[in-house]
This record gives sequence, structure tokens and C-alpha cells, in this order.
Amino acid sequence: MVTAPLIEVQGLSFRYEDGTPALKDVHFRLYPGETVALLGPNGSGKTTFTLHLNGLLAGSGEITVCGLRVEKHNLAAIRRKVGLLFQDPDEQLFMPSVLEDVMFGPLSSGAPPPAALERALRALEQVGMTHARDKAPYHLSAGEKRRVALAGVLSMEPEILVLDEPTTYLDPPGQRQLVWLLRALPQAKIVVTHDAALARALAGRAVFFQSGTIVADGPVEEIIERFGWEAGRAAAAPHLPSTPER
Amino acid sequence: MWLGLDAVGVPAIGWLARRAQREMSEAAVPRLGVMGAFVFAAQMVNFPVAPGASGHLMGAGLLTFTLGPAAAAMVMTAVLALQALIFQDGGVLALGANVFNMALAGVLVAHLCYRHFGRGQFRSAAVFAGAALSVLVAACLALAELVLSGLAIPPAPLLIAMGLFALTAAVEGGLTVAVVGALERLNPGWVRAPQTAARPALAALLLAALLLATAGALLAASHPDSLERLIEQMGLGDRTRQWLGSPLPDYRLPLVDPPWLAEAAAGLAGVAVVLFAGALLGHWLRKRRV
Amino acid sequence: MHHVVVEQWTRRRSVLHALDPRCKLLAALVFLAALGSAPTMAPLEAAAYAGLLAALAALARLPAAGVAARAAAVLPFSALAALFSLLEGQSGRAASLLLKSYYSAVVALVLVGTTPLPGLLHGLERLGMPRMFVLVAQFLYRYLFVISEQGQHMRQAAVARGGFGQAPRRVRLRAAAGLVAVLFARSYRRAEAIHRAMLARGFQGRLAAMRPLEFRARDAAALAGTAAIVLAVRFRVWTAW
Repeated sequence: MVTAPLIEVQGLSFRYEDGTPALKDVHFRLYPGETVALLGPNGSGKTTFTLHLNGLLAGSGEITVCGLRVEKHNLAAIRRKVGLLFQDPDEQLFMPSVLEDVMFGPLSSGAPPPAALERALRALEQVGMTHARDKAPYHLSAGEKRRVALAGVLSMEPEILVLDEPTTYLDPPGQRQLVWLLRALPQAKIVVTHDAALARALAGRAVFFQSGTIVADGPVEEIIERFGWEAGRAAAAPHLPSTPER
Repeated sequence: MWLGLDAVGVPAIGWLARRAQREMSEAAVPRLGVMGAFVFAAQMVNFPVAPGASGHLMGAGLLTFTLGPAAAAMVMTAVLALQALIFQDGGVLALGANVFNMALAGVLVAHLCYRHFGRGQFRSAAVFAGAALSVLVAACLALAELVLSGLAIPPAPLLIAMGLFALTAAVEGGLTVAVVGALERLNPGWVRAPQTAARPALAALLLAALLLATAGALLAASHPDSLERLIEQMGLGDRTRQWLGSPLPDYRLPLVDPPWLAEAAAGLAGVAVVLFAGALLGHWLRKRRV
Repeated sequence: MHHVVVEQWTRRRSVLHALDPRCKLLAALVFLAALGSAPTMAPLEAAAYAGLLAALAALARLPAAGVAARAAAVLPFSALAALFSLLEGQSGRAASLLLKSYYSAVVALVLVGTTPLPGLLHGLERLGMPRMFVLVAQFLYRYLFVISEQGQHMRQAAVARGGFGQAPRRVRLRAAAGLVAVLFARSYRRAEAIHRAMLARGFQGRLAAMRPLEFRARDAAALAGTAAIVLAVRFRVWTAW
């Protein structure tokens, strides 16, 4: 059976303003219901790549999201379909209270206030943060911030979730809880991470970025094995093939 | 006692904000807000100034050179308002005056200096002078307002205060030059380029007018008899006294021994000296760095 | 930290906490105007204001000692002016100056201690404060602690490596300037990241309206009552008898 991909990226290249090439001819597909891990060294282009999926950066090449080309006139629709969870929740939680922050997305994309409130409350319920609705984001713990940020994305009712290092700043129980939460969400997901265990826990497939391009695509276990992408094992076996930086 | 200035400062900032609202989109809000938070945090960093003494940045100059005058005025106003409300820093009664002095007059002076003299070899000097004058003008205005509100300041403390202000201003200038230099090494795009089609004569005139007005306010304030005579001569006596007089119920003329002309000269000379020293020091700092 | 304490006060419950921010803002404005325009205060007047402020703080269930101590932060500024007055032999004026600024600080603390800052800003906006300014203040407050902590961490990192210690002053000055510049850079990048996060969630250039406020009869009554007492003290009604 052939299903249409949710996201299709063809020949994406991008240079920063100062001319540094960040992405070179990237091809990528995401199918409904699957979770793909984006692995690769620091600075290999993973985060830059995810910013293109939402039209926050515009390179050359072609990106299609749910059948819509990522172009200026489609951006509002595309941003409703692709929910981006940023690495630093402090950057995502900018409103004075939790509820206002979770309502920000629906309100900004034109939902009437009662509907936005309902969606926000549902999203808070989903991440188990209803009790904190009137708190200031500054007073939340790292794990709570992450959950609220996720609620802010979920209230947009996206079809695809893009998660950039979702477990940073979380303690092990917090990481575990987040993994359970994410696994229970039905959306297709892209997870940027350095954590092989997280990749394994969430994703079936992984792609490996190197110097701005995807050099490997396959089952997550295979990719981790092939690139020696496990922190614990690398420490235990000093003679493992070293991974070239950048 | 500062209500008069609250009455000037508040509408002025309102006007400014409405103008800014037209010119900037709300997309600029995160930047302005976060940079305001930066000013708060930067004010906590202590700089070693002299043996045993440290100072901190006020930031009006730095903000003007990086965000532009309108944004800088708005951010400084927000900083001052939150400092007064939450930390009782400066006090809410003096908020209008502080906004007028620092966020409006201070930013304007810094902007004029930088915009018109900030190119070429005197760039550092303009950065220094802009930042230093923003503090000096604000401080002088504050002093003038205090005196105008009926507070009698004996000449000796007045001179001491002026000296301290000049010192603080020089520190602000030096710190701003250092920070701007460091910023330009990090990312030259952050420091705004001064305008190219400068009209130095006009700018110099404006700047001079502003400085003279400040000095004049200070002088007139410490010598109300001459101010009063001027008002009398212009035939504005009764009405002006109604405006000026009502907030100053127990208005008393301070007795000043030395003739006012001497102090006038001293005040102007002080400003000129600071300006000149600032220019020299900024120039020198720049040379040392290169 | 200081502000956190004041923010905790806003989470208490009291009659004053429940009032509309606009009511409290206007009452505070009347109070400040009365204080600011008052001539040298007579002892009876000073006592009346003090009594009113104590009553308000008690109604708001704010800790008296905490309010008294925090309001004192305003004193260094007015103390200088008072000193000048003293030097000129105007002791009544000096005392009046100190009292006025101290009272104004208490007024401000009762206001910010019973109204969370977002509510206060919202009230200001509804009273005609330009929206742009209100939004800037809102973002400033949101990131105040984040950026301050970042600055604190950078300072600690510098101190941990022996920074700010024995080095010549010029070196330390450069280090401090560098620290401020890096803090600027991080703040600037953070602002860009926040803007990006806003765009990612559909921001189209205008922030949605804040929650509605409700000015009820009790707000009007509270405002009228406070204003009446304050004005009565300001114009010394007792001299009429």
C-alpha cells in the first residue's frame, strides 16, 4: 500500500546570512503515524532542518507538508499543522501565565476566545498540568515548563510534532514521564536528540545528519550501531570508531 | 513635589509610545522587553572604576546606540517604571521626573551625539560623550527639578553633587565605550550605524541648545530671583506663578553668597570640560584598543 | 530575592486582592497626587496618612514588617534631599520630604502586593496606557529573572576562574565589559528565539487581547471611599471645625 507522506523534503539547501552552508541537498520523508529520530553531531544541521519544516527559515529546494508547499501564503496553515517544541522552554513560554501561554497559539491563528480556551484546557489536561493554569511560567520546574510548552503546541491541534531535544533539563523520572506522554500522542513525530535511549524509546526509524546533509536512513537500532551513537558504550569502549565532528 | 514633571513626562512618553506603535510592529515587543530585562541584569554587574570604588552601567546610551532612540526611550521607561513599582527604586513620586530626565532627555542627548558625530575617527568619542551626557543631563535636570520644587541647596553641596555627577557620567561613558567595543567584536550588526547624511551644524546646535537648557534650568533653579525677574519682564508673572507657585507652597529663596554669574560660568565650564575630557578619553581608549 | 516576596504577596487572598486593578490603580493615583502636592506635613496629617496606610496593609493581609522594611528602599534617594533641607535649617520640610516618599513607597507596595503584575499592566492598558508600552513591560517582567539569573551564572563562572580578583583594574574592567556584551548578545539571541517561537505558533504581528476585567460596584465604592479619606486628610478637613 502506498501512503502519501505527511512531509516531503526534496533537495533542501540553506546558507546562513554570512554564507556558511548549513544544509546541502537534504531529502526526507515522514509518513503518517511514524516517529523519526534525527541523530548527528552538534552543528550538523538538525535544528536548522526542523526550522524549515515550519517555514521559519526558507532555503532552496521543495518542502511539502500535508500536501501544501511551504510558501509564504501557506505559512499560517502550515504552522497549524506542524507543532514545534523548542529546546529551551523559556523561549517558548513568553506569556505571563500558563493558561494565556497555551491559548496564545489558537488565538494567534484566529480561533475565537471561547474555543481557544477550550482547546487550551484540553491540551493542559493532556499533559497533566491543569492545576498550574494560573501560575507564572517562571515558577514552574523544568519538567513542568516542558509539559506546558508541549501543551502550547498541542492546543494548535497539529498533525505533526517536531521535538528538539525534548528531555534536556529533565531529571530521569521527568524524562520517563515525558516519554510516556509522547508515546501516547497519536501524531507523527520528528525527534531531534543526542540521546540514543530516547531515540530508541520513541522512534522506529532514524536519519543521521552529517555536515548539513542526511548520510543514513534506517531502523533506529541500526543507525545507532553503525555510528557508535551511544554515550555509555563509547565511554566503555575507547577504541570505537570515532565520529567525525562537523 | 514632582507632580509637575509627572504631568510632562507621562504624556510625553505616551506620545512617544503611540508613535512607536505606529512605526514598530508588535513583533518588536519581545526584543524591547528582553533588552529591558538585560538592562536590569547589566545594572547588577559591578565595574571596577577606581581603587575601592565600583560603578555600574545605567544603560540609556547603550540602548540608544543599539536599539535606536524611540525603542531606547520606551525600554528605559519600562525599566524605570518597574524599578519604582516593584523595588521602590527612585520612588513612584519621582517616576515622571525620572522618565523625563533619563528616558527622554538622556536618550535624546545620547542619540544626537551618536547620530551626528558617531562616524569616522571620533566615533568612540561620540559614544563616550553620548553616554556620559545622557547621565549628566539627567542628573542636572533632576537637581534642577529638586531646586525648582522649593528645595534649598547650599552652594557647597551643589558643587559636590555636580562633581559627583561629572564623575558618574565619565564612568558611564567609559563603560559604554568598553561594552560597545566588545559588542562590535561579537557582531557589528548589533550597534546601529550612525546616519550617513549628517548635518553636523544642526545637530551641534540642537545639542548645544539642549545642554544650555539643562544648565539654564539648573542655574535658574538655584537662582529663582533671576528667573522671577525674567518672568516679570516678559509680562507672564501672574499666570506663571499660578502654575509654578501652586506645587511650591512654602517656596523660599535660597540665599546664595557668590554672584550667580560666577556659578553660571562654572556650570557651563563644567559641562564643556566634561564634554572635552570625554571626547579625549574616548579617543584615547579607542587608540589603545586598536 | 526581593521581587519574589512581593509576588508571593499577590497570591494571598483579601478584600484588596479581589478588587479590580483599575480601582486600585486609580486609588493609588489619588493617594500619590495628594502626597505629592501636599505642603509641609503637619503631625496630625502625617499620623492620619500612616493610619490609613496601616489599615490598607492590614486589609490586604500584607506583613506589616515586610512592607515597612521594603518601603525603606526609597529612603536613600529622598534622604539626600532631606539632608539639604536640614542644612538650610528646614527640619520640618526635611521630615516632610522623607515621610512623603516613604508613604508613596508604601502605597506602591500595597498596590503591587495585592495585584499580580500582569493584572496591573492590563489595568493600565484599560486606563489608556499605550499598548506597546504595556506589552514591553510585560515581556520585561517575564524575562527579568531569566536574564538576571543568566548574568548571575556568568558572573559566578568568572569568579570561579578567579575573575574580578587580583587582576589589574584594566583587565577586570575589560572582563566586566565583555561579560555585559555577552549578556547583551545572549539576550538579543533569546529575543530572536522568542520571536521565532511566537511565529511557530501562528503569531501574525498582533498579540491577542488579555483577559477581560470587571469593574463592579464594590470597586467603585472602594475607590470612592479611599479617595474621600485621602482628600479629607489632604485638605485638612478637621481645620473646618
